[in-house]
Amino acid sequence: MRKNLLPKTLFIIGVLLVFVYGIFFGTDPDKAVAAFKQGGVGAAIQQNIHMGLDLKGGTHLILQVAVNEAVSAETDRVVESLKDDLSKAGVAYTDLSKPNPQNQPEIIQIKGVSPDKTSALREVVSDNFNKYDLQPAANNTYNVVMKASEDTSLKQRAVQQAIETIRSRVDQLGVSEPVIQEHGLGDYQILVELPGVDDPARVKDIMQSTAMLDIRLDMGGPYPDEQSALQANGGQIPSDAMLLPGNLGEGDNQPQYFLVSRTAAVAGSDIRDAQPSRDENGRPDVQFSLSNDGGRRFGQFTAAHVGDKLAIVLDNRVREAATIQEQIRDNVRITGAFTEQQTHDLSMMLRSGALPASIHYLDEETVGPSLGADSIRQGVLAAVVGMAAVLIFMLIYYHGAGINADLALILNLVILLGFLGFSGATLTLPGIAGVILTIGMGVDSNVLIFERIREELRAGKAPAAAVDQGFGHAWLTIVDTHVTTIVSAFILFIFGTGPVRGFAVTLTFGLLANLFTAVYVSRVIFDSILNRKQRGAALSI
Amino acid sequence: MEFFKNTNIDFLGKKWYFLSFSLIFSIAGILSLAFWHGLPLGVDFQGGTLVDVKFVNSPDDAKIRHAVDAAGYHDAKIQRFGAVANNEVIVNLPVRETSEQALDKGRNEIVTAFEKYFGAGEAGKIDLNNTSTGQLSDYLLNKDPLHLGTDAATRYGELARQITSFRDKNRSGVLSSIDELNGTVPPQVIAALKDGAFTSQFGVRSVQIVGPQVGAQLRKQAALATLYSLAGMLVYLAFRFEWIYGVAAVVAVFHDTLITVGAFSLTNKEVTLTVIAAILTLIGYSMNDTIVVFDRIRENIKLLRRESLSEIVNRSINQTLSRTVLTSGLTFLTVLSLYLFGGEVLHGFSFALVVGILIGTYSSIAVAAPMLVAYQDWRLAKTGAAVVPGAARRSSKIRA
Repeated sequence: MRKNLLPKTLFIIGVLLVFVYGIFFGTDPDKAVAAFKQGGVGAAIQQNIHMGLDLKGGTHLILQVAVNEAVSAETDRVVESLKDDLSKAGVAYTDLSKPNPQNQPEIIQIKGVSPDKTSALREVVSDNFNKYDLQPAANNTYNVVMKASEDTSLKQRAVQQAIETIRSRVDQLGVSEPVIQEHGLGDYQILVELPGVDDPARVKDIMQSTAMLDIRLDMGGPYPDEQSALQANGGQIPSDAMLLPGNLGEGDNQPQYFLVSRTAAVAGSDIRDAQPSRDENGRPDVQFSLSNDGGRRFGQFTAAHVGDKLAIVLDNRVREAATIQEQIRDNVRITGAFTEQQTHDLSMMLRSGALPASIHYLDEETVGPSLGADSIRQGVLAAVVGMAAVLIFMLIYYHGAGINADLALILNLVILLGFLGFSGATLTLPGIAGVILTIGMGVDSNVLIFERIREELRAGKAPAAAVDQGFGHAWLTIVDTHVTTIVSAFILFIFGTGPVRGFAVTLTFGLLANLFTAVYVSRVIFDSILNRKQRGAALSI
Repeated sequence: MEFFKNTNIDFLGKKWYFLSFSLIFSIAGILSLAFWHGLPLGVDFQGGTLVDVKFVNSPDDAKIRHAVDAAGYHDAKIQRFGAVANNEVIVNLPVRETSEQALDKGRNEIVTAFEKYFGAGEAGKIDLNNTSTGQLSDYLLNKDPLHLGTDAATRYGELARQITSFRDKNRSGVLSSIDELNGTVPPQVIAALKDGAFTSQFGVRSVQIVGPQVGAQLRKQAALATLYSLAGMLVYLAFRFEWIYGVAAVVAVFHDTLITVGAFSLTNKEVTLTVIAAILTLIGYSMNDTIVVFDRIRENIKLLRRESLSEIVNRSINQTLSRTVLTSGLTFLTVLSLYLFGGEVLHGFSFALVVGILIGTYSSIAVAAPMLVAYQDWRLAKTGAAVVPGAARRSSKIRA
């Protein structure tokens, strides 16, 4: 009974080719080819398989965002506004302050409110401060407390804002492929990974510095170039103005020039928060709030310039121009023909202008490239020795079937490396250990099958039947083996950080690939051997 | 070739040997954890500062101690890293700063002290072994030894990268003299370097600074991960078998974990995050062998109704012995290669795997299966009725 193995063989060769392509060309073949021309095969593979900081060197930082500061700044603003609004509503009180600004910045306390003014107080809070609850306490004292949902969302925004700020700064450093994200293991922490950075002190300085963001009066423009700007202004730039480059909107890379006021109406440090929102007509716009002082100055400035245009300047480039509709105090709204995406981006930019709250460093790890290079060398050596030992053992112990196992094992490795090339998953030093373990655990599947086949042969079955039974019976055990290990790896992935996650990823994918190679591929090889054999000829196992 | 042909070893007859073996190692581990070394935690769990320094020549240990003492760190631990020929030393400073702002103070003080003792450079000169590519590139651009024109910044950036890359990739991070760069960069550049740079006797290869907060966070995560992993196994086994099998298997895996952690305490090796990763992997791996033996026991209980449970267990262990030893042996082979060649960074990780795979294989034969028999005997003595814990919930298939 001969089986037609052609479709299966073609399928296996197809899979092999796909993953070999993944190893050598990855997801970006152009870059891989460029790397190959520069540094040969090794460089091309390194281009495709992303290596973790522990292998290529770099700096890893965990930052804590002091989110309470953001809450405190917001309630500071509310304290001032409350005082204004209460005096307008004629509500007298003996004291209005935050009882515990350090640990409970979300609570504002109003003392000595006369009982007949209670309803007026309620009205003020519910009308003007809808993100706060009014809670009566003893002795005519009331607490104005930020709603829990607002408290959380404010803190989340503070973290996102810090991430954006840090990202925009790191981008200026020219670090390739930085990782800047919320660190899931802690509360309001940020994980920063900077490959290739061997000078963390400098990076930390830059991350903590303030970016330059300000709002200026837009006095003219945009002009296509500096010459036409000069011409439009009578050949000379007014003494109170200056010319800045900039471009409005996305995709427009042609620089334009704007004439803006020399003094800034608002500086980046005055901006507290910004978020995308919608105006009365449902059009996307951007709202941001200013600090007390900045709000006062901006109010005076906008009152004097209704109908004029504002320029929002980030790092000395004009990023947005908008018309002043009316006097604006601390809540600024920028309307324009914005798309949803643009308002999102713009509020990101506004937020990234200043750090919303101070950050400090919880954890810092710098791996020099020399240690990384040694680690790669040793990891690869261990993998090669381990693999060779397994391959040789299988050949000696199982003879002909050993070749089968060895082929399956090599294919397993190819698929695993190809997966790393395609997926962009990071290979770390424990990840290399995961590859080595995959070799050791992957060969288990072959052993299980072969042992069962031997058992069946011993029981007097014909080779074809023994192979069939061997694969059939070993299957459940192989699934067990893989499930238990993958459960562990999955938990590791959830709880682990960078390097350990890399281990969980390679181990899991290696074992999944093993199901294909050790069961499917190995079976096809056996069948093709049986096809060629005479009926009843012995099987080399 | 075959190692095991029709073995018939009376494993259960040796249960007292097994029990005493397990007890000795478990109790030794517990005693060491409680009274001797405790659980030596790595810097990632404990917090503190770890500076990995490589020297050009074999450093004088006393001199290193002096340098560290001079920086004011009398309680610092100084350890050789890897083989002595590596000339590599790890300085471990305990957490002292309560304020996180001063987190990297220790590192800076250690490096400054080392500069003083192992530097031998004139003030204002660049230490080639402890400079960054950016700093070097700025220096060269300033000197302009090749009299480059417009693209000087790019060219010197490239040269600086070549120098640091040669240092890091070909010389493991430390140059013994500037002349080593001959052939890597043009002679004019070397002359310029000799003018304003020097090579100290050491280079800092890696620094790890962990604040107390992150350390505590990680400790909690690691403990939770281990517990969840054990619980996950229990759930999987409860789904596959009767509960008593699950309990026996989890006890066996717990036994493995305890002895592996005990081995770290006994040998005073530090438990780091990657060691925890290894232990979690072991929990999964050691479960396999146990499941295979259990499967065979369950199968045999159905086939051989007249034999006693202890006979069945013995037979099952013998039937699966060949594959248990082979699979563990092969995995052990790769792990051993990792232990021997994988380098110092993975030392703890591979040590845990080496110990764990040995113990895990042993425990599936010597702990898990005998526990089933012990439970049966206990029930017999108590109620007088045999409970054969073999009836599977799912239809049982014949297994490898």
